[in-house]
Parts: sequence; C-alpha cells; structure tokens
Amino acid sequence: MSATVVGQSSAKPSEPKNYLNADHTLKSWLLSVDHKRIGVMYLIAVTFFFFIGSIAAAMIRYELTSPKGILLSSEVYNKTFSAHGILMVFQFLVVVVPAVLGNFLIPIMIGARDMAYPRLNLLSLYMFITGGFLILTSFVLGGVDAGWTFYVPLSTISETQISLCLVGIFITGFSSIFTAVNFIGTIHKMRAPGMTWYRLPLFIWSHYATAIVVILGTPVVAITLFLVVVERGFGFGIFSPELGGDPVLFQHLFWFYSHPAVYIMILPAFGIISEIISCFSRRPIFGYRFVAYSSLSIAFLGFLVWGHHMFLSSQSVLQGIIFSLISFILAVPSAVKVFNWTLTMVKGSVHFSTPMLYALGFMGLFVIGGLTGLYLASVDTDVHLTGTYFIVAHFHYVMVGGTILAYLGGIHFWWPKMFGRTYSEFWGRLSAMIIFIGFNLTFFPQFMVGYLGMPRRYHYYYFAPEWQFYHLLSTAGSTVLGFGFLLPALYLTYSLFKGKKAGPNPWNAKGLEWEYTSSPPITENFTQPILVTDSVYDYNPAEDSKMYEVDEEATVEDMNK
Amino acid sequence: MSHSHTKETDGPEVYFQYEDIEQQQETYLVGMWSFLVTEVMFFGALFLIYTLYRWKFHDDFYLVHEQLNWKMGGLNTLILLTSSFTVALAVHFAQKGNTKLQMRCLFATILCAFGFLAVKTFEYGAKIDHNLLPNHHFQYGHVEGEEEHHVESKWDKMLPSVLQVEKKEQHGNPQRARLFFSIYFTMTGLHGLHVIIGIICFTALMILIKIKSSLITDYVPTEMVGLYWHFVDLVWIFLYPLYYLIPK
Ligand SMILES: [Cu+2]
Repeated sequence: MSATVVGQSSAKPSEPKNYLNADHTLKSWLLSVDHKRIGVMYLIAVTFFFFIGSIAAAMIRYELTSPKGILLSSEVYNKTFSAHGILMVFQFLVVVVPAVLGNFLIPIMIGARDMAYPRLNLLSLYMFITGGFLILTSFVLGGVDAGWTFYVPLSTISETQISLCLVGIFITGFSSIFTAVNFIGTIHKMRAPGMTWYRLPLFIWSHYATAIVVILGTPVVAITLFLVVVERGFGFGIFSPELGGDPVLFQHLFWFYSHPAVYIMILPAFGIISEIISCFSRRPIFGYRFVAYSSLSIAFLGFLVWGHHMFLSSQSVLQGIIFSLISFILAVPSAVKVFNWTLTMVKGSVHFSTPMLYALGFMGLFVIGGLTGLYLASVDTDVHLTGTYFIVAHFHYVMVGGTILAYLGGIHFWWPKMFGRTYSEFWGRLSAMIIFIGFNLTFFPQFMVGYLGMPRRYHYYYFAPEWQFYHLLSTAGSTVLGFGFLLPALYLTYSLFKGKKAGPNPWNAKGLEWEYTSSPPITENFTQPILVTDSVYDYNPAEDSKMYEVDEEATVEDMNK
Repeated sequence: MSHSHTKETDGPEVYFQYEDIEQQQETYLVGMWSFLVTEVMFFGALFLIYTLYRWKFHDDFYLVHEQLNWKMGGLNTLILLTSSFTVALAVHFAQKGNTKLQMRCLFATILCAFGFLAVKTFEYGAKIDHNLLPNHHFQYGHVEGEEEHHVESKWDKMLPSVLQVEKKEQHGNPQRARLFFSIYFTMTGLHGLHVIIGIICFTALMILIKIKSSLITDYVPTEMVGLYWHFVDLVWIFLYPLYYLIPK
C-alpha cells in the first residue's frame, strides 16, 4: 500500500520495545487498555471456552457410537449438548474473530493508536469473562437442559439452572454490544488521514457490517432471554399460553437475533479470507466494491430471513414462502464473495502457505454448507429435513467449518505480527489438512444419516441400528478433528519460545499493519502519524511470483528437517 | 490510564488515542448514538410484544387498563418532561462553561428522577396490595365465595384527593389481566431501572465535576448523559399513553 510517514524518522533504539515487553507485571496485563493486549487476553479466554465446549462435543460423539447409548442418561445427554451449544455459540463463535483478531488489528489497519474507547474495551473483556463464569457455574450447579435455543415453555418450566445461565448469556451479550460500539466508533472516527472508506481493507468492512448486526440484533435476544428469566423468577407470564401469551413469539424474537448471529460469526471470517486470498494470490481482491457491498447487504438481508427456522410452527404458509424467498436471495451476496475470491486466485499467482490452505479449506466447507442451506431454505424439503442431523451438519459446516477455519487461517496469517515469531510451515500445513479431512469426516456422514431420518438431540437410535455406520464415521472424524485442533495449540505455543524472529513483514503482505509497524507492534502501534495515499491492495502478481522461487527452496529444506 | 497531550495547545485535554479535541468529541457522540440504537432495539422488542398482545386482546386490555391511575402516570410524564428540560439546560450551561448553573440543573434533574421513582412507588405499592403483581398470588375480578372483591391499600389512601381516581370494577378475563400486568410490570420496571441508572450517572457526573476530575474534559460527558436521559424520557412518553390511556 502507498502511504507516507509524516514527520522526521527517529533513530531506532537498540532494544526494540513492543507491546509485549513494554511492561511485565501481571497488573499491566489485567488492567491494560491496549487493544493488542486485550486481544491476546481474549485469545486465551476463548481458547479456554472452546476447550470446555469440545469436551462436551467429545462426550456427545462417544455416546452416539452405540445405537442404545453408552454413558449418559437422557437427562445428562440433554445437559451435555446444551452445554456444548451454549459455550460454542455464545462464548466462542460469536466473539472469537472480532474479539481476538478484530481487537488486535482494526486500529492498526486503519492507522490509529488504539480503539476509540479503550476502557470500554477492557470492560467488554471482563463482562465476557464474567458471563462465561456464570454460564460455567450454572453447569456445575446442575446444568441446563433446554438447548442453546431456550425455547419456551420448556425453558420456563424446566427445573435446571436456566436462570443463572441466561444471566450469564445476557452479560456476554452486552459485552459484544460494547465491542461493536467500539468498532463503530473506531472505524468511523479513528481512520488515519487519507484512509477513505474505499481504501479500507475488506477486513474492516466486514467487521463494520458485523458491528451493525450486533448493535441491532443482540439487544433483541438479550431482552427475550431476560423475559424468560422474569417468567422463571417472578412468575410473570409473557410467553405463557395459559394466559393467552404466544410461545411462538419467543421463537420469532429469538431467531430475529439468532439468524443474524450466523452472520456475526461468518462476516468477520469473510474479512479474514479476503485478506489471506489477496496476499497469497499476490493480487488486489477482484471486485473490491462488490465484496464490500456484499458484506453490507448480507448484514441487511440477514435480518429478514429468521422465519426459515420456523417453517414447522404456527407461522402461516404465506409467511413461510416469503421467508423462503428472501433466504434464497441471501445466497446471492455470499456467492458474490466466493466468486470474487475465486477470480482473485485465477488471475493471481497462488502460493499455498498455511493461511492459504486454511482459506481454501474455508471456501470448500462454506460452499458445501451454503449449498445444503438451500435445501433448508426451501419450505417443502425443510419439512422433511428439519430437526434431523442434516440441520446439524449444515450449521456446523457454515458456522464451525466457516468460522473456525477462517479464524485459524487468520491466526496463522497474523501470528508473526502478534508475537513476532514464525511457526513451522510443515506443521502448519499438516494441521490445516488434518482439520479439513477430520471436519469432513465428522460432518459429511451427518448429512446422510440426517437425510435418512436421524433426529437431532437423541442419544440413541436403537430403532435404526444400521445408522451406526455413519455415527462411527462421524466419531472417527471428530477424533481426527480434535487431534487437528491440538496441533496448532502445540506448535504455536512452541513458536512463542523457539520460533524464528519474524521481521515486520514475513509474507510480503500489504497493509498498514505489515508495512508500517514492527512485529510485534509497539504500544502506540506507529512511530509516526500515518498519511495514506493509495489503495491497500497494491499487489503485483507478475513481479511478486519471483519472490516465491527463493521461498519454495527454504520451505522444502524446512520440511526435510 | 495515561493520557498525554498530542498538541501543545490550550483547551481541554485529549486522550492519547485521538489527534485533537474535535475528533474526541465526535467519537464520543458516535459511540453514544450507537449505544442508543441498541437501547431502541432493546425496548423495541418489548413494544412489539405489547403491540401484538393489545391487537389480539384489545377489549381485555381496555378493561384492565382502568385499574391504572392515569393521574399518577400523567404526573410522572410532567416530571420527566421537566427533567428533560433541566438536563437540556445543563448541557447548555456546560457548553457555555457556567459550571455553577450546570450543577444546579443537574441537581434539579436528579430531584425529578427521584420524584418519578416516588410516584412509581405509590403506584406499584397499591398494585401489589391489590394482588395485581402477576405472580402466583395474582388475583383479579370476582372470586367465588367472596361477596365483593375489595381490598384497601394504604398507598391509595395516602394520596391527595386530586390524584385519586374513581375505583373501577375488575372487569375482563383474569388471564388476560395477568398477561397485561406481566408486560406492564416488565416494561415499566425496566424503564424504572433505567431511571435509577440515570440517577447514578448524574450523581457520578456531579461528583467528577466537583472534584475537577481529569475525566471531565469538557461538556461532552454531560451531553452524553443528557442524551441517555432524553432517551429514558422518550420511552416513558410512549409508555404513558400505551398503558394508561387505552381508548375504548
Ligand atoms: Cu437462519
């Protein structure tokens, strides 16, 4: 990217200071308002919640290896999949990309010294941890058995720890609202001079769209879940049918948030993929404005399709048809992105580094997830498929395959920037492939067994023991997947201590974060004020391909070791 | 948090992440408006629930709403409108740099807020005495075995006669009445919670101004709390007619 540094350049100090070694006390971390330190603390927190959620997932997969169930009673199984869903959705998927990579990168990418409201940012972190702590407490005190969707009247009459859990989710919800407010303030007002809207990296565009979805959607689910707490705590009856209230109204309000929540998870992932694809194709992203606008139109249309979760409710057929139509239309902006990424690669000079492998894996999974979504958006096929493992497979492909692969791709892409060290390319590429294979092995059989009729939320299928084959495949896949997730945890941690020094721009990537900051960046991000004069993505495929020739040899050597 | 000057000019201090005071002020207001969008959606969902149920059960809602004291609701509307005025004046004086008058206006706003809560206490107290809190003790309409459903409440008696309204029979479906009071207590309760948060914010603001804290750089903190307070007033402006003045 073309930008100039305003002012005199200062002499470099011999011992480079950065945000990591600026201060070593525990207090300097826990009370830090530095967006980079907050991002790193989020990284630790979400990894912890992901780990707990994964344990629940492992229990589910183990239980399903036998048609009669093995370990868990029906009640405990309900609590297990509820715990898995609640932790993974509210404490991991919704926050992971914005809170870790968004926090770390947004100010740097737009040339700011910090977020617009650094203390609010710290408050968000602690609200997130408090919310997660309350949710975990509710599990320890007996668990929650209503699933992550908390449908009434089950959630109002259930005698489990639902109230406490909902209070935790409420607090986490407000944490993500505050993060979104921070993003909006930052992107609107903190851009460096010359960083116009159409010069912004696409990562910023997609986080901006996400923040809008969060401030419009999250308060609605917060109040809806709050009403369930009120019903449970005070005996009020707002959704209660015996008073004339409407339980389906709860579903409307819940999905008004929870469909857009899918975009809260996937839009930031799109942003990561755009950055990775253009860097490793050495080419400006094809159709920049289309990709940017598609983020905004996904954010907008995402609010108009919630009814496709309720084709089998008291919703009228006409409503169903309208929601179905808009859901089909929503596939268009998502497809625009995929085509633009593909065209970027077609005309570029593609290099398969670890982040690029993750990005390609993302595209594969997202396309499968997206296309199977069309079966569920169509009313008549949905009637057959809803409530089965087909749905489970579909949303895992989109939310998990999409978000986690993009997140891991982003972590591998920006890891040298965040910690100033490089990891082993060999292990990186290996883990990307293991995760891709493990993921497909886990969830593709679920499409088939779901199509055959395996209901979700059941812990047995003695009535159709022939399904065991698919479940065994799926459980085998989840073992591979778990191993795949473990690898990055190991070699990335290892790289923190033994990794080679990365240098400011190991990928020769474009963007303020690569070209104008050190790795890791200093606390103020930039040594001097920044003035941006041109687009971010000034890659040149013809010239840049030469640099790979040297690079390839180095990697081959690395692999031979 | 550390904040250093980026420019050696006079005027209010600028936090380290901003270039100048204009950027800081604009950024604060963008954040506040984004937060208010969130609040609109938060209450919006409740207004949606109210609208659907009133549409469905209009006759019952009309009969049940007669149990509410429209004079008390009206008084609270007046109180909040006054407080909106005083808070607007506070922002005005803050911009003019007249701290003394600004503080007085803020104090008047806090008094109004407490007045609102006092009136609400009388209303809630009477409703609870009449078993109209929609929990398991809820009782509405004629009960078999009793001659006449008649409960006295000390909260009603303490009211000056201008504020008392004629007692109406408890007509209408008791189940719908419980539904009505469920959303009534939820919405007015959440609104009351916002009033309490407002009081906390105003008090904190006054203390920070009093001790000349470095957190108060200029008039913008006052304007932000003011914006919040206008929103709280606005919610009540909708709540009052929707609950107390349902037409036949
Ligand atoms: Cu959906």
